[in-house]
Amino acid sequence: MFQLRIHGRGGQGVVTAAELLSAAAFVEGRHAQAFPSFGSERTGAPVVSFCRIDDKPIRSREPISHPDALIVQDPTLLHQVNLFEGLSPDGYMLINTQHSFADLGLADFVKQFRAERMLTVPASELAREHVGRPIPNAALLGGFAGLSGLVSIDSVAAAVEERFPERLAAGNIAAARAACEFVRNEMEELAHA
Amino acid sequence: MLKQIEGSQAVARGVAMCRPEVICAYPISPQTHIVEGLSDLVRTGELTPCEFVSVESEFAAMSVAIGASAAGARAYTATASQGLLYMAEALFNASGLGLPIVMTVANRAIGAPINIWNDHSDAMSQRDCGWMQLYAETNQEALDLHVQAYRLAEELSLPVMVCMDGFILTHAHERIDLPQQEQVDEFLPPYEPRQVLDPADPVTIGAMVGPEAFFEVKYLAHAKQMQALDLIPEVAAGFARVFGRESGGLIRSYRAEDAETIVVALGSVMGTIEETIDELREQGVRIGALAIKSFRPFPLEEVRAALGGARRVVVLEKALAVGIGGILSANVRMALSGIDLHGYTVIAGLGGRPITRASLLRLFADAIADELQPLTFLDMKWDVVQREVERQQAGRRPGPHAENIIRDLGIVGARSH
Repeated sequence: MFQLRIHGRGGQGVVTAAELLSAAAFVEGRHAQAFPSFGSERTGAPVVSFCRIDDKPIRSREPISHPDALIVQDPTLLHQVNLFEGLSPDGYMLINTQHSFADLGLADFVKQFRAERMLTVPASELAREHVGRPIPNAALLGGFAGLSGLVSIDSVAAAVEERFPERLAAGNIAAARAACEFVRNEMEELAHA
Repeated sequence: MLKQIEGSQAVARGVAMCRPEVICAYPISPQTHIVEGLSDLVRTGELTPCEFVSVESEFAAMSVAIGASAAGARAYTATASQGLLYMAEALFNASGLGLPIVMTVANRAIGAPINIWNDHSDAMSQRDCGWMQLYAETNQEALDLHVQAYRLAEELSLPVMVCMDGFILTHAHERIDLPQQEQVDEFLPPYEPRQVLDPADPVTIGAMVGPEAFFEVKYLAHAKQMQALDLIPEVAAGFARVFGRESGGLIRSYRAEDAETIVVALGSVMGTIEETIDELREQGVRIGALAIKSFRPFPLEEVRAALGGARRVVVLEKALAVGIGGILSANVRMALSGIDLHGYTVIAGLGGRPITRASLLRLFADAIADELQPLTFLDMKWDVVQREVERQQAGRRPGPHAENIIRDLGIVGARSH
């Protein structure tokens, strides 16, 4: 079973992101469960959502304390919330930022993990470019598809298409594909570094 | 048709396929998405004919459901927590009058202190109001139970609560097999009331009854619930024939055949319990579980048969009867009267505290070693309790518990992420 936790702020589509990822896994015929942390759904407040993906029905319903992957939608949370709690040493992490881990003061921290699984992606900028609003969730899912290969970018696109009206879906899909491309290029650079 | 969908939306679709003619609703978390989903289906004309009545309170919601049902309409409403309490008087009327209303209870804690998260305090507080109470383990089962609930309710002329864990189920997106309308139509015939207010054939429903007859009327409500003990498995079997999957019934055992230790629970926590049991089974521990699906009527005989051979029974429940302890466990004990075994009551998950596999592993290890207290509070922060007790002893006016404890815990402890 693969377990993912998404951190962000109310209004950034944190809960929707987990739901979209579960829908992308569903498109691929897998079992998936998405659920929010409840009660703090105010604009700007820290929000967490969770997603589990497996090839068999998922029975666990507790919050995910030991994730295989983290998506951080808002880097301003880095110093407020214990974002990285429980991340597996083989885990993936994708942070929405224009900056590098070194800029964020995380250069030493990410050394505990596998370098090729730790990336940053400017998802808000990509969303602003393709959607017209800095809502980074779909772009981050595209980036995560590129980073982990857990779901394909086409499945992410299918999930977005089903969820949103046509124009909004098209923008978000473009942002997701751009983020996926960005992440793949970064990974290639890392591989040749 | 398989669909990745929110639990609340799945229930809304399932209820709509039952063709309710009157839906009355007052919003309260975590139930609101269900009636919002239904109001959409009425607005778009997908669910027709159906009157959606936005009422001014839960008391009105149940009162409208009573009126609609008595006039011969299939009626539905949903609520949670304080909303269920606010309709308490009307709940007794619905069951006392024998009206087959179906209601979703998206289980949530009851204040004070105010808390929107999941536990079973709300449904448990109304356990003796004469409604049947069915508990869903998954969102698929929550949907399926609503379809079965109308069959049960209308056959017996008694109301049914379908209880599903608030947030944990209502807000979870997962794979659901949505039934076809034709399947639901085949399983659930149009509502034929056993009593109806019809100007062409006038009757009185709900007149005053004195000591000469009240007792008998109350007994008949009990007798009907006893009939439900036979009908619930029949309806579940009929459902399996039409829909091709098992849902509902009175109880469900999990790896309990040779189990020395059996864990009993209601609702969605069964999933995490099963995961824990699988882990212990791999280590050779003879442990199993029993899900109670029908809490009212309570299947005494079936529970006795399922648990009677065990050496110890651990009842894990999401409600606390202040002043005695367990509620579900008191019912389980009654089923086991005369049988000599170790019985433990575990109160867990109140106000949304997560019930984790790690905690269950520790709990079950203590149970297997018979080191558990007869009444155990899972993951209670005893140091926090102790500090507050000391504060209360230190002076006459130490202030309110909840606010003191929140201050002690600070923001990190209150909810770090």
